[in-house]
Amino acid sequence: MSERKKVLEVKDLQTTFFTDSGAIPAVDHVDFFVREGEVLGIVGESGCGKSVTSLSVMGLVPKPPGKITGGEILFQGNDLLKKSEREMRYIRGNDIAMIFQEPMTSLNPLFTIGNQMSEAILIHEKKWSKKRARARAVEMLKLVGLPRADELIDEYPHQLSGGMRQRVMIAMALVCDPKVLIADEPTTALDVTIQAQILKLMKELNTRLDTAIMLITHDLGVVAETCERVIVMYAGQVIEEASVKKIFEDPQHPYTKGLIQSVPDMRYKKDRLYSIPGNVPKPGTIKKGCKFAARCEFAFDRCLAEDPALIQTETGHQTRCFLYSEEGVTQDGPKAFVES
Amino acid sequence: MDQKPLLKVEGLKKYFPIKKGLLGRTVGHVKAVDDISFYVNKGETLGIVGESGCGKSTTGRVLMRLLEPTEGTVEFDGKELTSLSSSEMRKMRRDIQMVFQDPYASLNPRHTIGKILEEPLLVHGISDAKERKKSVIKFLEIVGLSAFHAKRYPHQFSGGQRQRIGIARALMTNPKLIIADEPVSALDVSIQAQVLNLMQDLQKEFDLTYIFIAHDLGVVRHISDRVGVMYLGKMVELAPSEQLYATPLHPYTKALLSAVPVPDPDYVKEQVMIDGDIPSPANPPSGCTFHTRCPFKMDICTKVSPQLMEHENGQSVACHLYSEQAGNDIEMKEKEMEGSL
Ligand SMILES: Nc1ncnc2c1ncn2[C@@H]1O[C@H](COP(=O)(O)OP(=O)(O)OP(=O)(O)O)[C@@H](O)[C@H]1O
Ligand SMILES: Nc1ncnc2c1ncn2[C@@H]1O[C@H](COP(=O)(O)OP(=O)(O)O)[C@@H](O)[C@H]1O
Ligand code: SF4
Ligand code: SF4
Ligand SMILES: [Mg+2]
Ligand SMILES: [Mg+2]
Repeated sequence: MSERKKVLEVKDLQTTFFTDSGAIPAVDHVDFFVREGEVLGIVGESGCGKSVTSLSVMGLVPKPPGKITGGEILFQGNDLLKKSEREMRYIRGNDIAMIFQEPMTSLNPLFTIGNQMSEAILIHEKKWSKKRARARAVEMLKLVGLPRADELIDEYPHQLSGGMRQRVMIAMALVCDPKVLIADEPTTALDVTIQAQILKLMKELNTRLDTAIMLITHDLGVVAETCERVIVMYAGQVIEEASVKKIFEDPQHPYTKGLIQSVPDMRYKKDRLYSIPGNVPKPGTIKKGCKFAARCEFAFDRCLAEDPALIQTETGHQTRCFLYSEEGVTQDGPKAFVES
Repeated sequence: MDQKPLLKVEGLKKYFPIKKGLLGRTVGHVKAVDDISFYVNKGETLGIVGESGCGKSTTGRVLMRLLEPTEGTVEFDGKELTSLSSSEMRKMRRDIQMVFQDPYASLNPRHTIGKILEEPLLVHGISDAKERKKSVIKFLEIVGLSAFHAKRYPHQFSGGQRQRIGIARALMTNPKLIIADEPVSALDVSIQAQVLNLMQDLQKEFDLTYIFIAHDLGVVRHISDRVGVMYLGKMVELAPSEQLYATPLHPYTKALLSAVPVPDPDYVKEQVMIDGDIPSPANPPSGCTFHTRCPFKMDICTKVSPQLMEHENGQSVACHLYSEQAGNDIEMKEKEMEGSL
C-alpha cells in the first residue's frame, strides 16, 4: 500500500507564554505530521507541551499570555497560522475538531444536548433547517453508540454520566465529518471499563469514517492499543518518533526507554520498578544542552554543551539524542551504552 | 505462620443519608460501603481496587474513623476501634496513619515543611523540641529529601516531592498501619515509579503494613500481596494478587482486568467488554449489584445477593456462578433440558 498523504504538517512550531516570571517555551521547535486516516499518538508527562501543541493547531492558544512565535501549521498544504480568526472558526469543526479531557467543561450546562449539537451543525451547514440539523444530531448520537438517542437529545449534560458525555463530545466533534480529530486525554477522567468502550468507539469511527486522530495521552497502554505511530515529547520538544511497534520493541531515546520500563505491568510482577531519577522539568528551565541530561544515565560531556537535534536514525524512526546518528548508534557515547 | 491479623474488619457498612426538602427528611441512603469483611496481616500490603465511587476512599476513612461506620467491627492490634471514645481514637491514630492522593491539599500552605512534619509528634506528645527537630531531618532524608527542605513551604515542591513529604509525615509517629488512598494517582509515570519504590523500601525498613487504595490495576498488582476488588460498595473478589491477576473469577474482575490497556502492541488479549455505566449506589440493583452489566447473569442473580465465599486457596468471590445453590440450579436446568429432549 502506498503511503497516504500528510493531512496535517507541523513544522518548527514554537509557542511561548509570556508570564511575569519570564517566557516559557511550552512548544519548543516541534515538528510532526499526521497522515490521512491514521491514529497518531502524542505521549509525554504533564507539562511537556502536549495540550499547547494541540491548542496551537486549533488556533486556540490563550493570548495573552500565549503566542505562536514561529513555525508553520500546514493543513492540506495551507498554513493555518496565516488564516484570519473567521477562517479558523470555519476550519475548526469542519476540517479539524477537538475533544477534551473533561467533557463537562466543554458542554454548556444550560442547554440541552440537542441545542448544542444543532448549533454546531448550523454553523457549518448554514442552509439547513433546524429540523434537519436535529435529525443529523440524533443520527450522530446513534453512531457513537448512545442508547435512547431520541430522548437523550432533549436532556441536559448533567443528566448524563461521564462516559456518555464523552460520547456526546465525540458525536459533536464528528458532526461535520472533519479530516482530523484531536483528542486531548479523552479518557483520562473516565473509569477503565468506560475508557475501553470509548477507545473502541474511536477506533471504529477512525476505520469507518477515515478520520485521522491525534490522540494525546500520558498512558503508554492507551498508545499501544490505539495508535499506529507515536511521538514522545519531553520539556516542550519531540524527542522520539516511530511506529508504535518500534517504540515499544526498540525504543532509542533514554527517556522513552525509562518511561516504558517505569510502568508497572499488569501481566507479571517485577520485583522493583525501574525509575528515572529527578523531576520532570518545566519548559525553559534548561537553557543549554539536552533537556534530559540531568536525569539521563548515559549523559556525557557533549550532552551538556550542545543541543541534540531530532534526526532520522532509521527509516521511519527519529530520535533527539547524541547516542544516535543517521547511521544508528554512534560510537562516541559512553561505553556502557554502546555495549548495551 | 501463626499470624493473627493486624486488622480485622467485619460486616463494615457506611450509609450516607440522602436528605430532601426543608425539614431535611431522609429519603434514602447512599450505600457507599455495604457489608464488607477482610483482614490484613502484619507486614503485608492489601490492595483495594475498583472504579470511581465504589467505596474505596470511604472504606479507608471509616477504618480511621474519620467517618463513623454505620455498622460493623474493626479490630486493630487486638483492640475494637469502633467502641473507642474519640480521645482514645485520637491516641490510636499514632499507630494508623493515612497518605492521600493530593498531597498539596493535605499540607497546610502557610506552614514550613519542618512544622508540618513536627506536628504529629506534638499532637502525640512525643519527645522534646530538640529530638523532634532531629526526627524531622531524619525522615526528610529517609524519603529522599534534604535537611534544608525543612525551611521551605509546600508550594515550592513538585508533586512527587510533596507526596514524599506526605509519606514522611505519616511515618513520623512510627505507625504500624498506613492507609494510602491513591498515593500515586496524581503523579507522572516516572515519578510514580520513584514513590512506589520508596514505599516498598520503607515497608521493609519499618515493618509497615499497608492498605493501598488505587484504581490503577498495574500499580496495585505491583505493590500488593493480596487484592480486594470492590463494586458498588461491596467486595466482590479478594485473593492473593498473583492468583487474582492470573485467574480472576468474578465476571467484574475479568472485565476490569481486560479493560486495562497493556503497553505492548503485540499483546492480544481476550477482551471481556461490559456495557453500560456503574449504577448509582443510592439505588443499587437488586440481588447481585453487577447483574445489570454481567454477561453471565442468571435468574437467581436478580433476586439473591451473592456472599463473598472462599472458592479455593484463599481466593474468595461473591458470585452465584461459584456458589452451590447456583450450581444446583444449573444442574437442574441441564436435567430439565435433557428431559425435554
Ligand atoms: N460525605 C458523603 N456524603 C454522601 N455521599 C458520599 C460521601 N462521601 C462519599 N459518598 C458517596 O459514596 C460513594 C463511595 O465514595 P468513595 O469516595 O468511597 O468512592 P471511591 O471508590 O473512593 O471513588 P474514587 O475512585 O472516585 O476516589 C460514592 O457514591 C460517593 O458519592
Ligand atoms: N495559559 C498558560 N500560561 C502560562 N503557561 C502555560 C499556560 N498553558 C500552559 N502553560 C505551560 O506550558 C507548558 C506545557 O503545558 P501543556 O501543553 O498544558 O502540558 P501537557 O503536556 O501536560 O498537556 C507547561 O509548562 C505549562 O505550565
Ligand atoms: S543526548 Fe545525552 S543526555 Fe540527552 S538523552 Fe542522549 S545521552 Fe542522554
Ligand atoms: S452473581 Fe450473577 S450477575 Fe453477579 S457476577 Fe455472578 S453471574 Fe454475574
Ligand atoms: Mg494536557
Ligand atoms: Mg477515592
